[in-house]
Amino acid sequence: MRPFDEIERDIGEAQTPQRLLALAEEVLECWIGARGVSPTGETVEGFRLLALHRQGARGVPSFNACRETCREVAYHYNLLTLRPDEERTHRLHMMRLLATHLALFVRGKLETDALGEFCCSARPLRLESPPSQEGARTQHG
Amino acid sequence: MKADYRRVAYYPGCALEGTGHAYNQSTKAVGKALGLALDEVDDWNCCGAMEVKNVDPKIQTYLSSRVMSIAANQMKAAVVMAPCNGCYHNLKKAEYDLAHDPTSREVVERLSGKAGHAPYRAGTLETIHALDWIKMGVGEEELKRRVRNSLKGLKVANYYGCMYTRPRHIFPEKDQGPGTESTSKPHFMDDLLAAAGAQNVEFPLKTACCGGAHTLSDSDTSTRLVLNILRAAEAAGADVIATECPTCHSGLEMHQVRAEKVLGEKTTVRMLYFTQLLGIALGVSPRRLGVHENVSDGLALLREKGIA
Repeated sequence: MRPFDEIERDIGEAQTPQRLLALAEEVLECWIGARGVSPTGETVEGFRLLALHRQGARGVPSFNACRETCREVAYHYNLLTLRPDEERTHRLHMMRLLATHLALFVRGKLETDALGEFCCSARPLRLESPPSQEGARTQHG
Repeated sequence: MKADYRRVAYYPGCALEGTGHAYNQSTKAVGKALGLALDEVDDWNCCGAMEVKNVDPKIQTYLSSRVMSIAANQMKAAVVMAPCNGCYHNLKKAEYDLAHDPTSREVVERLSGKAGHAPYRAGTLETIHALDWIKMGVGEEELKRRVRNSLKGLKVANYYGCMYTRPRHIFPEKDQGPGTESTSKPHFMDDLLAAAGAQNVEFPLKTACCGGAHTLSDSDTSTRLVLNILRAAEAAGADVIATECPTCHSGLEMHQVRAEKVLGEKTTVRMLYFTQLLGIALGVSPRRLGVHENVSDGLALLREKGIA
């Protein structure tokens, strides 16, 4: 797993949609690898990125907060490869920003993962407690 | 249109009494201008937010259910409207849990008994967001007829944040085809602001994480996430980012300032609540909409555009 600073720098310098898509996949590979799982080689809707996201969100509902970012990366890849001469500079810039957002989000998630989930679909720390403790905590008075 | 949205129980939540005061003010002003009535929930309490949820999710369910119990059982309301994404999300989550989880029902009944009020029963109240309230209570056509001060010439990036549509299973009314909200590409705010004359830009980060959860534990990550959203809005050509959540709004504003101070990265896009933009289109004065309370100076931009 490469340091995120290096991946983010590469995203900032990438000049092709293929390279940006590969870097976005690398970001998700870092997340999946850090959880002790081997990153999938499968695709969803033609994109390994979407399959990696699905794999990375398994059991971590708040990871879905980057689902649309991944889909937008795939959408911009399609725009850039299917219509390579149309607004290329703008779309490449936008794809870079999307890949950067994905990297920042995953980097933040990796840093705070041990603290529990804080995001939209929060999975609280106490759900990981043994059932007896959970029961005890809901006995208020 | 939904007739029962024209008079709803109103749950402002804690943020709208603090950093989101202007959102509270502008929501009420827009409601008044559109003939929509709000009955504030009596003696409302915190929805449980994220903090309580992490300590004990059943307590969060109870706290949200108490608000719904007052609205349904005491005020006899059919609909409660929450403009804050966090409150809206938590009330919807409590509704879902009470409908599907017997333990949640048992805890809510026990705690409601101790607190001396009737427990909330799932299915007796509909929780909606301020976007639903205006979109389904008034609609774009009526809104267009009432516009006195078009937002024409204003380029807007609509930012919904992460909690308005996630997790999808607690929003069964969304993704139901034409006329309903989409969880993957929400559009209600786009629709309303377009009706008010604004030009919506293609903004691919409309539901992306703003890093709100990292604000205290890792401010730099929040700042960089926000900076990326601001840059994307600017790259999309937006003058303004329209918001519909007090946490997202204050996060965007505060981290815009912090990005300049700490990272030396200046962005100029402004943040305005969608209710402030709608209010201006309806001819309400910027002061009554709390525009002067925003950190981001939206008023100067609106004047520059000849809108305010």
